[in-house]
Amino acid sequence: MGWFVGAQPWVDWTWVADHRELILDRLREHVELTLVAVVIGILIATPLVLVSRRWRGVYPVVLTTTGILYTIPSLALFTLLLPWTGLTRTTALVGLVSYTLLILIRNAVTGLDAVPADVREAAQGMGYSRGRALVAVELPLALPAIVAGIRLALVTTVGLVTVAALIGHGGLGHLILDGLNRRFRTPLVVGSVLSVALAAMADVVLLRVQRRLSPWKAGG
Amino acid sequence: MDLLRDVVEWFGDRASWRGSDGLVHLLAQHVWLSAAAVAISCAIALPIGLGLGHARRGEVFAVNVANIGRALPSFAVLVFALQLLSIGTGPALVALVVLAVPVMVTNAYVAMAGVEDDLREAARGMGMSGWQLFRRVELPLAMPLVMAGVRTAAVQVVATATLAALVGYGGLGLLILRGLRTRDDVEVFAAALTVAVLALITEVVLAGVQRLLTPRGIRRITEVPAMAPVIDPNI
Repeated sequence: MGWFVGAQPWVDWTWVADHRELILDRLREHVELTLVAVVIGILIATPLVLVSRRWRGVYPVVLTTTGILYTIPSLALFTLLLPWTGLTRTTALVGLVSYTLLILIRNAVTGLDAVPADVREAAQGMGYSRGRALVAVELPLALPAIVAGIRLALVTTVGLVTVAALIGHGGLGHLILDGLNRRFRTPLVVGSVLSVALAAMADVVLLRVQRRLSPWKAGG
Repeated sequence: MDLLRDVVEWFGDRASWRGSDGLVHLLAQHVWLSAAAVAISCAIALPIGLGLGHARRGEVFAVNVANIGRALPSFAVLVFALQLLSIGTGPALVALVVLAVPVMVTNAYVAMAGVEDDLREAARGMGMSGWQLFRRVELPLAMPLVMAGVRTAAVQVVATATLAALVGYGGLGLLILRGLRTRDDVEVFAAALTVAVLALITEVVLAGVQRLLTPRGIRRITEVPAMAPVIDPNI
């Protein structure tokens, strides 16, 4: 006995055909929210990473703060923002961005720290300034780890966007919620499948980028 | 701010705490569901991850299962569980376990596989059996990372349990969803705050457990791994 009354097919293809526009709109909204959130996340994370590297004492503070944001459940975080930003896209974005920070920062710092000391010293010996060593030597070596962080952030955000449907800006999450409310399977199956597909796609594409950026690990 | 004063008042009102939709009952439901889900997930995931890591087998599966898990939106998993299992505790529990198992498996595997071959050989050379090697050498060394996986999963479980109200289970999410529907900002805010605090407490308590389970001998030489998905063997 299911929650859904009567025998219902998993997907009613006529509904899908009739609602192609709606589905594409939701998909577009989902992609948009995800990309905007991750891009803003990168913009905020970058100075924090640089500051954490320059002044080591700052790093634990950054980690703890972003860790707290990361720990707060998404629905709670979205709703805690409501008194300030209401049921707007901003609320969804602030929440989504908060989750990317820990992942992005931690991976970038770990990647930069992993640059071997002798490589760094060689750059210094060749007369590289600190900034030039960072851009020309450390960054390329840390790039795979940084891209790995972006990849995790993207996949995580794709999933979290569905939850934002509960505050009115959730892309494919709206289809899932709609299916749940109307006890109609098709939209929720379509929404879930597309969301998983989107996450998988982001994962595969970024993994490829990551591999290409670390040719020394190739061989297979 | 007026809202904050109202929220404080809400917490001060005994009516908020009592009854089947009071904080006490919903919090107990939330904690019970989360604890049960974490316990079941450990029982499923740890033998698999530790076993594969000990045997050095199934690397591709063990390492990538967390990736697959991450791609599953918790909301969608809950709703699917509802389709297959009717309403209430069942689907909520199954969905939480499905979401918690992958990251635990990967962490346990990576932790075990990370034990150095030299150490394993030394233990073998001392005449240890496979079980002794596992129990006395590998497990203690792997413990911090294994526990980091459990901690990450547990925090995620507490978070997702908030959504369980959507599939007819109670928990603190009930107040959030009800408040959103009836535009009761105070109830929404108070409940969200409670959920946030619960998640943070879970994180802090499990971090303590992780530290306790880390053998004293390696506490200083290995940094206790933090929570969150930095484990990416593809790096």
